[in-house]
Parts: sequence; C-alpha cells; structure tokens
Amino acid sequence: MIYLQLFLSFFKIGLFGFGGGYAILSLIQHEVLRYGWMTPQEFTDIVAVSQMTPGPIGINSATYTGYTACQTAGMSDSMCVLGSVVATSAIILPSVIIMLIICQIYLRLKENRWVEGSLKALRVTVIGLIAAAALLLMTPENFIDWWSVALFAMVFCGTLFLKMHPILLICIAGVMGYIIYN
Amino acid sequence: MSKCLRLFATFFKIGAFTLGGGYAMIPLVQREVVDNNHWIGEEEFLDLIALAQSAPGIIAVNTAVFVGYKIDGVRGLIMSVLGATLPSFLIILMIAMFFTQFRSYPQVEAVFKGIRPAVVALIAAPLYKMAKSAKVTWKNMWIPIAAALLIWLAGVSPVLIILTAIVGGLVWTAIDNL
Repeated sequence: MIYLQLFLSFFKIGLFGFGGGYAILSLIQHEVLRYGWMTPQEFTDIVAVSQMTPGPIGINSATYTGYTACQTAGMSDSMCVLGSVVATSAIILPSVIIMLIICQIYLRLKENRWVEGSLKALRVTVIGLIAAAALLLMTPENFIDWWSVALFAMVFCGTLFLKMHPILLICIAGVMGYIIYN
Repeated sequence: MSKCLRLFATFFKIGAFTLGGGYAMIPLVQREVVDNNHWIGEEEFLDLIALAQSAPGIIAVNTAVFVGYKIDGVRGLIMSVLGATLPSFLIILMIAMFFTQFRSYPQVEAVFKGIRPAVVALIAAPLYKMAKSAKVTWKNMWIPIAAALLIWLAGVSPVLIILTAIVGGLVWTAIDNL
C-alpha cells in the first residue's frame, strides 16, 4: 500500500527532522532510496528544483516524491496527485501537533519567572543563529562573481536604509540576474 | 477582510517568496507579521524564531502554526499553514507533472544567480535592529558571536545552541534569585 508507506515515511521525517532545510534532506534521502521510490539521480534533481523554487525544502521534496513514487508504481495522474497530497500532509502533521503544544505552553507561561529568564537568554542567542545562517550562505555557489557582491550590497542597503519590501527586492534581483547572466 | 483570510493571504505571500530555506523567510515574516499586521511584537518574534527552530519539522510550518494559533486559534492555524504550504505544493506539482526539465532552462538559472546573493543580504541586513530588540549589549555581545561562530565554523547544531541558552538562562535566573 504505497499511500500508507508514503504517509508513514513522511510523518517520520516531519517528526525527527530537527533544524529544518538541509538537515531534513538526509532523512528524506534515506527513506526515498530505501523504498526505491526514485533513483539517486532523481533525488539530486529534487534538491536542485527545491533550491530554484520558493517554499520549504521539506514540502517541496514531499510533494515531488509523492508524485514520482506513484508514477514509478505506474499509477494514473490523479492517483499521483493524491500521492503528493498524502506525503505533503504527512510531513506537516507532526510540526502542527508539536508546535501547537509548544505554543500553548509558551502563551500560558511566558510571564513565569523561570521561563522569562530562559527566553531572555534565548533571544540574545537567536541573533547569533541568524548571523550564522547568513554566514553559512556566503558560499562560492551563491557568490559567483562581483555582480553577486553588487547585488548583495544593493539589497542590503535597500533593506536597511530604504526599508524596501523583501518581495520587491527579490523580484528586482531576479530581473537583474536575468539581464546580467542570460 | 476577515482575520482568517488575512492570515491565509499573508502566509501564501510568505510561502510564495521564500527562496533558500527556513532563514530566508525571516525578513518576510518580520515585514508582514510584525511591521505590517502587528500580529506579534519584536520580542515575541525572536521567541518565535527560537521555538520554530527548536521544534522538529519545517520551520515555515512551525512559524505559521505559532502566528495562526495566536491570532485566531485552531481555525487561524489551519488557514496560515495552508497558506504557507500551498504555493510550494502547487509549483512542485506543476514541475513534477509538466516540467521535469525545468532545471535545464538557462533563463531560470540566470534569474536564480541574481536572487541567491540577494537572499543572503535580506537575512543579514535586519540583524542590527533585531539585536537591539533582543537587548544585546556590549556585556552580553559575546553570546550571539560565540553562537554564530560555533555554528558557522565548528558545525555545531543550532538545536544544541538553543538548549544551552535555555539552561544558561535558567542558571542565571537561579543565581539572580539567591
């Protein structure tokens, strides 16, 4: 029963996928190759497609795997779409349940002296987490030439000084990329 | 527009324009949820990032759950999670069905060469303002710096850093109460 397998696999991935994005990818790789839902080459394609499309990598790969797994099993298009729905809901479900519990605890206890104390330390630390995220993305793959540096500087100033909307800046950077590199 | 619809529309927008993983959505969430809709405050936003990061699963979904639930209970949660998920779901479904060759179009690759460094700037630029609302001072500045270096250079898991910070905060509170 491929739907049940898809559901269980992606529920497991959602449950144990700590740290988001690329940390989840290795879990997905393990499950997907175990059941032979796709070849290692197809899996590499998912990673590439995920990097080029908006949205969380976890959702992207669940949707893609759900479809391809059913297709590999020789099912019809609409059954493949159902496979996508099953895999995507399965990866979301653990997040929703756990985060809902965390949320209720947080909203109820945030005034508590002990919780407040750890939140204070947490807030300061989160700044470091975000800085690390930016540093980790400063790779040769993301910064291929001086144009990249110029685009970085433009968006940095646009955000900091002109308070431009992030969506507008992403669109401008996309158009500039098309003009420069195409 | 009703609260539910606003939640759906806002997270749909966030989902549709988040390129490059969890942290890339931070500037968007900040602009839409904190600045434009005033659904949560600056401090609460930092708590949200820490919680969404330390809970298992997809950071974007965790964020949607938190904001949706806080604004309109379980109904709000369903709308915001649907909004955050639908754009990627629909786009990937289209690609899986029709454009398996999507990646090999040079035009697509060119657009993304422009967007990638932009996303890094979007994450880095608001750091100073966020540090102020997190009450980072000269005295405690070593904490975020150490956290960033440990993750960046030593490959320490952010979850471990968050747990350490929680324990540190509890110890600090205990000493303060002596």
